[in-house]
Amino acid sequence: MAIRELEMDRDNSDSEAMVSLRDLRVSYGDREILHGISFDVKRGETMVILGGSGSGKSTLLRTLVGLERPSAGEIWLRGKNLATISDDEMDEIRKHIGMSFQGSALFGSMTVGDNVALPLREHTKLEDSTIEIMLRLKLEQVGLAGFEYYMPSQLSGGMMKRAAVARALAMDPEILFFDEPSAGLDPIIAAGIDQLILEMKKAFRMTIIVVTHELASAFLIADRMVLIDKGNVVAIGTTEEMRDSNQPRVRQFLDRVAEPEVSRELDYLQMLTEDRRPAKMPGGKGRA
Amino acid sequence: MELVSQIGCGVTNGLAYVGSLANLTGRAAWYTFVAPFRGKPLRLTRAFSQAMECGVLALPILSLITFFFGLILALQSAYELRKFGAIDLVATAVAVSMTRELGPLITAIVVIGRSGSAFAAEIGTMKVTEEIDALETMAISPVSFLVAPKFIAMVVMLPCLTIWANTMGILGGGVFGVLQADFTIGRYVRTSIDALILRDIITGLVKSMMFGATITAVGCLEGLNTGAGAEEVGKSTTRAVVMSIFMVVLVDLVFTMLFFFLEG
Repeated sequence: MAIRELEMDRDNSDSEAMVSLRDLRVSYGDREILHGISFDVKRGETMVILGGSGSGKSTLLRTLVGLERPSAGEIWLRGKNLATISDDEMDEIRKHIGMSFQGSALFGSMTVGDNVALPLREHTKLEDSTIEIMLRLKLEQVGLAGFEYYMPSQLSGGMMKRAAVARALAMDPEILFFDEPSAGLDPIIAAGIDQLILEMKKAFRMTIIVVTHELASAFLIADRMVLIDKGNVVAIGTTEEMRDSNQPRVRQFLDRVAEPEVSRELDYLQMLTEDRRPAKMPGGKGRA
Repeated sequence: MELVSQIGCGVTNGLAYVGSLANLTGRAAWYTFVAPFRGKPLRLTRAFSQAMECGVLALPILSLITFFFGLILALQSAYELRKFGAIDLVATAVAVSMTRELGPLITAIVVIGRSGSAFAAEIGTMKVTEEIDALETMAISPVSFLVAPKFIAMVVMLPCLTIWANTMGILGGGVFGVLQADFTIGRYVRTSIDALILRDIITGLVKSMMFGATITAVGCLEGLNTGAGAEEVGKSTTRAVVMSIFMVVLVDLVFTMLFFFLEG
């Protein structure tokens, strides 16, 4: 099947869409980062959002979990449009999603166990003894049984990622989001994290959305992929469709071909200062 | 014309900053006084831990500073008062100055150095390491989880520390009184207490509560506004200290004027 470019993904209508994006636009000040993104993520599938640095993929993920508000368009999740809901409604939706951050984002002042237990203590009325059992189960699921009393600083990078996944799983989410799960890890540890994602997919039939630029990891874990470039969807399809694609930008990304213009200094500077400049995020955070 | 524009811009930014502080303080107050009645948690354990950190652990350094300050104040007052043969008034001068103004102010400055900077550094680091984002994605308000406990701790502990600072300042002045002005320590303390009226003490304590809220708001706001990278955390911490001192002096001025006209 030929890859579909720049169009909404509407096939397999028998599969329920867990997340639907319709002409999603996100801006920081006057600068538009995402220029009308549209695609669906079906229940139980693993969707990998691919893209280079500055492509807008991290902004897309932040918008999906409600950390950024869209300037236009719609994001449908659990029957609500995230673009228009109130903060309280957003918080209700957040209780049904889990997020694993690029740098793990474990709370350094709490033990691993307290990190995992935090959402349970905040949002449930469970007894401490029940929470204790649940956090041990979650840690066991990610291969960290017995580490509940460790501080995050005592864990390796891979273990921190696993602990962050355990925390994301704490509330038994319907959708799990990963931001660059393999970033900063050696190939063996990164493969372990990929394996963990595959195990969760198999065990819980969870909807998983992963942002990454690690191709090997993406092809291993994805059911479908979407390639984002300069704030636009360039291509969307299954791993096979992507691999067989003749679309020039897809080929360039998958074959790891450098931008031709970077060979000339002037063009390179132009690229940096115009379309590829990292967006200035609120609080001075330069990332897109 | 450009100067007028720059002044206008500065005033607008200043007002926006004060607005942000008021907004953050209002949200922290909501999570402290209103939210618990709507089923949201009041994080007293975290507040208690913050109170230990910003209050109890500040006692040794605050005691030393205010004791020395009381002594300095007595020496400076005596320098003028002895010209009029009124050295006995040293006790009164020290007691009133410490209780109405210097006790709350010195306490606030010590707490800014210890806790205001720590708030900005802690929250700023959490911002850089995406921990603030993690809280939000777990549907936990950073204001409820991080700011409100600090707000409770500071608003409760600043008046307590101020009472302690006043006492230590009066004792510092007492050392001069006993050694140089023929006071006994008992008579010095009695004279100091007689010189004070309840309004002096309440004035200082109200100011210290406002200082507590101000220091928390500035430290936390600077932390929450931290940009990317370790360098930004350093900048936020510096800004928190400088802006806290400025805002505390501003709040002091406003409340001193308010009390002056109310008492007048």
